Amino acid sequence: MQSALQGAVDPALVALFAALVIGCAGIPGLFIQKPGPGQILSAAATILAALAGVPAALMLIFSRTATTYVLQWGLPFGPCELVIDPLSAFFLLPVFLVSAAGSLFALGYWPAAEHRTTERGLTFFYGLLASSMAILLMARNGVFFIMVWEIMALSAYFLLMTEHEREDVRRAGIVYLIATHIGTAALFVSFSLLAAQTGSFLLPAAGSLSALTPLASVVALMAFIGFGAKAGIMPFHIWLPSAHANAPSHVSALMSGVMLKMGLYGIFRTLTYFHDPPLLWGAVLTVCGIASALLGIIFAVAQRDLKRLLACSSIENIGIITTGLGIALLGVSSHTTVLVYLGLAGALLHILNHSFFKPLLFLGSGVIIHSSGTREMNLMGGLGKGMPRVALLFLVGSVAICGIPPLNGFVSEFLLYLGFFSQLKANNLTYLVLLAPVLALVGGLAMVAFTKLFSSVFLGTPRSSAAAHPHEAGVTMLLPMAFFALLCLVIGVVPQLALRLVSPVITAFYPQAMSATVSTEYGTILGRLSLAGVLLVSAVVVVTLLWRWRLGKGLISFTSTWGCGYQRGTARMQYGGTAFSELAVSVFDGIMRQRIKRPALHGLFPKRSHCSDVPTETLLDKVISPLFSLAGVSFAFLRRLQHGQMHMYMMYIFVTLFILMLWAH
Amino acid sequence: MTNSIIHIFLALVMPPLLLGVIGKTKALFAGRVGAPFLQPYYDILRLLHKGTVFSTTTSWVFRAGPIVALATTAVAALLIPFGAHPAPISFTGDMILYAYLFALGRFFTMAAALDTGSSFEGMGSAREATYSCLAEPTLFFALITLSRLSGSYTLSGMLVNINFSVWMHTSAALLLLVGGMFIVLLAENCRIPFDDPNTHLELTMIHEVMVLDHSGPAFAIIQYAAALKLFVLGAFFVHLALPYSTGNALLDWGLFIISMLELAVVIGVVESVMARLRLIRVPQLLVAATILAAFSTLLVIR
Repeated sequence: MQSALQGAVDPALVALFAALVIGCAGIPGLFIQKPGPGQILSAAATILAALAGVPAALMLIFSRTATTYVLQWGLPFGPCELVIDPLSAFFLLPVFLVSAAGSLFALGYWPAAEHRTTERGLTFFYGLLASSMAILLMARNGVFFIMVWEIMALSAYFLLMTEHEREDVRRAGIVYLIATHIGTAALFVSFSLLAAQTGSFLLPAAGSLSALTPLASVVALMAFIGFGAKAGIMPFHIWLPSAHANAPSHVSALMSGVMLKMGLYGIFRTLTYFHDPPLLWGAVLTVCGIASALLGIIFAVAQRDLKRLLACSSIENIGIITTGLGIALLGVSSHTTVLVYLGLAGALLHILNHSFFKPLLFLGSGVIIHSSGTREMNLMGGLGKGMPRVALLFLVGSVAICGIPPLNGFVSEFLLYLGFFSQLKANNLTYLVLLAPVLALVGGLAMVAFTKLFSSVFLGTPRSSAAAHPHEAGVTMLLPMAFFALLCLVIGVVPQLALRLVSPVITAFYPQAMSATVSTEYGTILGRLSLAGVLLVSAVVVVTLLWRWRLGKGLISFTSTWGCGYQRGTARMQYGGTAFSELAVSVFDGIMRQRIKRPALHGLFPKRSHCSDVPTETLLDKVISPLFSLAGVSFAFLRRLQHGQMHMYMMYIFVTLFILMLWAH
Repeated sequence: MTNSIIHIFLALVMPPLLLGVIGKTKALFAGRVGAPFLQPYYDILRLLHKGTVFSTTTSWVFRAGPIVALATTAVAALLIPFGAHPAPISFTGDMILYAYLFALGRFFTMAAALDTGSSFEGMGSAREATYSCLAEPTLFFALITLSRLSGSYTLSGMLVNINFSVWMHTSAALLLLVGGMFIVLLAENCRIPFDDPNTHLELTMIHEVMVLDHSGPAFAIIQYAAALKLFVLGAFFVHLALPYSTGNALLDWGLFIISMLELAVVIGVVESVMARLRLIRVPQLLVAATILAAFSTLLVIR
């Protein structure tokens, strides 16, 4: 069946076509006057394209070959190749899945009828962002890559600016724009140096370069800065929390679930060029990764804004993925195949997992904000009663993201733990095992962050009138969330299948890592894990039945929560989000501080007053912000060039080009 | 097969006895006769026959809390070897599943507590969340040390491996580990000096205050799950501290039971001679435990 299909249509062509359809999906809406049909048309087109694109991507992964197309573009940068290999195809999966789910969600979340002015642009740029990410994965010409990269970065900017009338949105947009362009500048350097080395703008073939030249180190470093800035790896993460928090929720889902992965894809792709990466590279990735994971989750714990918390946890997850990639690279350098296998399997699976549970949580946050009208967790509470289905789906996402069995987050972390432990018997790289307690701490903190999030939003009683009348989300909003929750469950319960999905990608990245014995060995271990998961679920069922049986025998009565003798408790006396995390944050005082302004109380009957808290990052406050202000002051003279006259800008470009041409001669 | 059946039987039946022994020890220290050894069983049976009061604030999350806590602990009980006998379920990496199963139970216990909307229970779960995440690295350092000593990546392999000759060769590392893990054992099971299981109307409580609103059969499940958790973590600790084995299957089971009772007596003694720590001291002690365990790891992997 599969081979027959493959004979009939080339899956690579299907994937390319699907990407183009998604990109054009928003265009008809720009010309339709009536609000509504354009958005529905775009959602339908995106979903149909994804329905074609996902099987195509799966086929491409399992075919283990690369398909090449050459685009005749007539620009002086050499041939423009489009190649889909298993690595590209693997990253295509989240692009298609998340963009389709998000466009369906948008129908309920950002309906054209209510948002006449913004909906068209939003729908158009949403498609453009998804499409540019898909094309980016296929681009093999450095110049074309940068062009698509810029389309991606700028469409994300326009999406982020949807609510540009708000001051904080504009600020977030500027920070994002600066960060992404610093990244792009680094990529310019990286790709130019690569072209200087290979003599063509085509990206080098796998394993074709040596990493031991100084030029190679610069190429890799610049690629790490450029792609790392997009992925949000520390210390390039500053833009991420505010950007993801201020975009509409389905856009945050796409940005967090997929766009960050484009940075990781870039790092993966860059690493494939070199056949002998030095140990230092792996060490840098590992250290930056584990630092991002730990600091990211500490930031997340302290947040009081629902979406900022989710965004900070993205930094954590990207850090976990980078750590996996780092240990895999250490394995490549030291020829330890089991380390390469486990590191890559863990990292790739976590990429997939994160692109399921993070969109699930961001879409959920969209529903929550829609219903309560605020992003402030301290003002919510009790939403679970009005929207039980959303609460259940959100709980699945929260458990999954904490890396707790029996859901998918645990599987990828399990593989990484096995990787950390794998060198314990060997005599080199033994110290890698010290990453395990750090990851355990990260897991513990993730649990603080997500119990805080889940419980302050859904549990207890409403803390403000805004949250008092929740309503269940419509089917267009519930369906995408349920879809992601199902994927989390499936990967958690049958992880062996997911391992089979990533193995072609591992082969493509480092052929020596894959041997039949290794893959069957870890396939069997994951099989045991899946049995343990089934056992866990059945234990829950047994205990539930036991409890129901005893419950039915006794008397059941209802009353209010026991107030320990205090009769006049109010909803505001519940433990709120800030109170819940205060103790945990206080342990990490030097990194993150919950600055609480307490009012001074005077006399026996103090007057009405209020208390506020602001989570502050020490590093950002003490180092990065002063540096940026300094840069702002010292480059103030350059503002004279910025006068807003279009023809003068074009003049600048022309003059620059002319000088460059003279110089080249 | 027989061993697996004995394993499951012991895990099902014995846990409340430990609580009985601890209670009796404390009574002896206080010069009282104390409740009978089987008192915890009577308590649980009695609770199972009582009615239930639900708070109107709560949702299904509140009801799921005790259930998930017991189910996860029960699965963890199948992963840990009792005495010289390997566990019924054992596979590469099962120690990670073991650690994370408790996390799942904790997630639901905390969510259930917060579901009541009581500030009291909120305090308890905030503390539980913080302390457990500080205790987590200690367990992992212990797993690393044991895994390095035994060359095994399964709980059964690494724990059954510990015997007198291993102790003789690496006594310093194991001694540090015993210290660190004992602190974690007390902290995870909410014993003195971290928490006092006998009172729940104090502002410094952790576990007991989280389950304040549970009643009837659900509370019986909680009590039993807490006893089982003590039993499971205790079985881990007993491997480190009292690594006897005779080679005879039946005698080994007897030895395991005796070691567990000894552990209960030790906990009882600690609870009798110590007072509870001030809350701000608790994180310090937990970090100290982590450092002890980290030292032992460095000693074996250097």
